[in-house]
Amino acid sequence: MPVNTETIGKSYPPTVYAVGREKIKEYAYAVGESNPLHLDPDAARAAGHRDVVAPPMFAVVYSAPALGPAILDPDVGINFALMVHGGQEFRWGPLVVAGDEITTTVTVSDISERDGRGFYVFESRSVNQDGDEVCVGTWTNIVRGV
Amino acid sequence: MSVEIPELRVTPDRYLTVRYAGASGDYNPIHIDEEFAKQVGLPGKILHGLYTMAQVARAQTEAAGGPEKLKRLSVQFRGLGLPEQEIVVRSTVREERDGVAVVETLAEQSGTAIIRNAEAEINTS
Repeated sequence: MPVNTETIGKSYPPTVYAVGREKIKEYAYAVGESNPLHLDPDAARAAGHRDVVAPPMFAVVYSAPALGPAILDPDVGINFALMVHGGQEFRWGPLVVAGDEITTTVTVSDISERDGRGFYVFESRSVNQDGDEVCVGTWTNIVRGV
Repeated sequence: MSVEIPELRVTPDRYLTVRYAGASGDYNPIHIDEEFAKQVGLPGKILHGLYTMAQVARAQTEAAGGPEKLKRLSVQFRGLGLPEQEIVVRSTVREERDGVAVVETLAEQSGTAIIRNAEAEINTS
């Protein structure tokens, strides 16, 4: 069955994620970050930040809620059981700190087929409460046997 | 400033995938349920690709001097990352111009790449 490309360009309703200090610490510990900027509010303030700073890859946490509806959209038609995460890119703007509210919008940027595999590419664009673009993510999921 | 990215080595313990699932919100059972993972043909629980990507990111930010230095990271996920096996992140600065270093990097376990064709851009100014 060929991939359905009709949803290319489709966008989903934005999600808003409130960044919490303890969530940043939980994430930082899980991935082995030891920089006090992520863990210690006093150290973060001494370095000129309002609160603890999110590691760059914390982008996964604040943008994931926006990805779900796109990946699960029946019109996109991903066979979840045969899906693997093939590739990922993030481009970062200003740092995210605890207390920020991050709004993320996801768009289907490409759907294609190659060698019997479907390539589903989503773009997430995340902005903070001041309108600064803090992260753009490109998420490539590969589905075997389309 | 010229930058070099030292090798990063880390061995995720057997419960790492559970902690990462909680921290990231990705509770796919292939990462946290040994029996489920085996039922779907995997050798056992596998690492989250984005956890391994976070190790590649950490190698860059620790070498470059902080989280604000990493401006871009792109990776391809290949193979299966496993708990209780050492991950080695290797990085080579390919180009350095106008305060930005372009870094070729990869992550491997037991000599097999689990992240390959990865490229980072870091601010060196």
